[in-house]
Amino acid sequence: MSDLIKKSASELAALIARKEVSSREVTQAHLDQISQTDSLIHAFLHVDSEGALTQAEMADKNQNSTKSPLHGVPLALKDVLAQKGIPTTCGSKILEGWRPPYDATVVTKLKDAGVVILGKTNMDEFAMGSSTENSAYGPTRNPWDTDRIPGGSGGGSAAALAAFQAPLAIGTDTGGSIRQPAAVTGTVGVKPTYGGVSRYGLVAFSSSLDQAGPCARTVLDTALLHQVIAGHDPKDATSINAPVPDVVAAAQRADVKGMKIGVVKELSGEGYEKGVAERFAESLAILESQGAEIIEVSCPNFTFALGAYYLIAPSEASSNLARFDAMRYGLRIGDDGTKSAEEVMSLTRDAGFGDEVKRRIILGTYALSAGYYDAFYGSAQKVRTLITRDFAAAYSKVDVLVSPTTPTVAFKIGEKSNDPVAMYLSDVATIPVNLAGVASMSLPAGLSDGLPVGFQIIAPAMKDDRLYLVGGALERELSAKWNGPLTHQIPDLVLR
Amino acid sequence: MARISRDEVARIAALARITLREEELGDLAGQIDVILDAVAVVQEAAGADVPAMSHPLEITNVTRPDVIVPSLTPDEALSGAPASEESRFRVPQILGEEA
Repeated sequence: MSDLIKKSASELAALIARKEVSSREVTQAHLDQISQTDSLIHAFLHVDSEGALTQAEMADKNQNSTKSPLHGVPLALKDVLAQKGIPTTCGSKILEGWRPPYDATVVTKLKDAGVVILGKTNMDEFAMGSSTENSAYGPTRNPWDTDRIPGGSGGGSAAALAAFQAPLAIGTDTGGSIRQPAAVTGTVGVKPTYGGVSRYGLVAFSSSLDQAGPCARTVLDTALLHQVIAGHDPKDATSINAPVPDVVAAAQRADVKGMKIGVVKELSGEGYEKGVAERFAESLAILESQGAEIIEVSCPNFTFALGAYYLIAPSEASSNLARFDAMRYGLRIGDDGTKSAEEVMSLTRDAGFGDEVKRRIILGTYALSAGYYDAFYGSAQKVRTLITRDFAAAYSKVDVLVSPTTPTVAFKIGEKSNDPVAMYLSDVATIPVNLAGVASMSLPAGLSDGLPVGFQIIAPAMKDDRLYLVGGALERELSAKWNGPLTHQIPDLVLR
Repeated sequence: MARISRDEVARIAALARITLREEELGDLAGQIDVILDAVAVVQEAAGADVPAMSHPLEITNVTRPDVIVPSLTPDEALSGAPASEESRFRVPQILGEEA
């Protein structure tokens, strides 16, 4: 195993900039790690070795052409973002073999910054899930314990970081799909403010909730990637036309002195494992010792968030996924010359969608149908207002809110796959954030019985820099205690 | 009490253009029931005076200058098509034979 793969993205970028190592060597080291470990981990759905090495050579040649702080550094891209000419499946059979004719804006920004894209990472089909078990191409395994899930839907991106297959990754977060995988793999993930990062080229699941964001093993690396991908995009009408908060400066300052940190009362107690609660309390004590004031805050309507989410997200999904109609791209089944377009469409959608996707389309279609709209979708939209008001009231008293990211550590593969409601509970602490469109980070707080625990920070919209002030301060103290990032404690992978 | 019957799942699936198999219909009816029970709590949360919220951003009518910019070529647009003919998507018949 090369030493290069254990380095942070910022260390690698500095080595590349000083020409002490080439982007090609760094990229090759990560490709080697992928080929040695991915038969077990299955973080990637597609590895673009040739394309990555070409990009790396370009980066070496154009050393001085970008002022990018991540020039020449490799990255793993969640398979829900379009990359021109590269298979993009969203973990679904219905898109098997599809190669987008264009780049997502996030991908364009990565390429412009000289970032090398290694390949596309595994995910729950159309980002619907909390374990990556809903991928049509088989589950991803958690590098901390390969019998366990790496979280979802972005389990592939998180596992790639934890298995040292990539120092950077892109995820997307509709109800926790960046933060929950970060929590259970001991990595860092940020869901930026809704509208902070362009959704152009992100295959839509629930358009009013979806947000792409940065993932890495350190807070500073996450900030550097956040800076690269964020900003206004005229191609996304919901993209915010305002300056990106200076997240890199915040990660470097990493200071909580005088900050008021609110602990969300409703995101604790029953259902939260003892080890999770302990690591959370220890992290709070650190922040307090660093000069933050810790205040308990109540957000009473958060108890309705899960219910609202599982009506709003499936409703929007049932509409968004109507585009998979077997006509313009993707799978087409049963077109034998005797069947109508509608029959072909219906047969294709049965064959191409997996169980969870069908479940959510049926649920969403039901919630939007005449006679049920007000009772379900309408009520959920009102809850969204109440939750947004809870956040506003809380932020009149505190600068950020905090909670454990997930109630439990990583569960075993198969443990919850037959119980949708138990699976949905994995996201109980992350979902309120998406409903209100605010910004949030998960970073490692330590281990419980050898498995990572995540600490969640929630900042007001467009105050993403506060995530990095708090996350950076907490990480500094914890990594001093651990002698490096938590991921350095991962047991060696036992290849089968 | 069951909120949704097997027949109703079949009707919804037809609206959603998914031909569900027999065993899927039965499984889904039970599962959707359990999920609806779990989410029904939202019905008690808010009074009539609370406005609905569809989106986190308060923006309307985002426009751009009406200028021509490069777009996909016909070949690029058709590159993922299951079938194409004469620079168009070829689809199964949409209207009945007699039309």
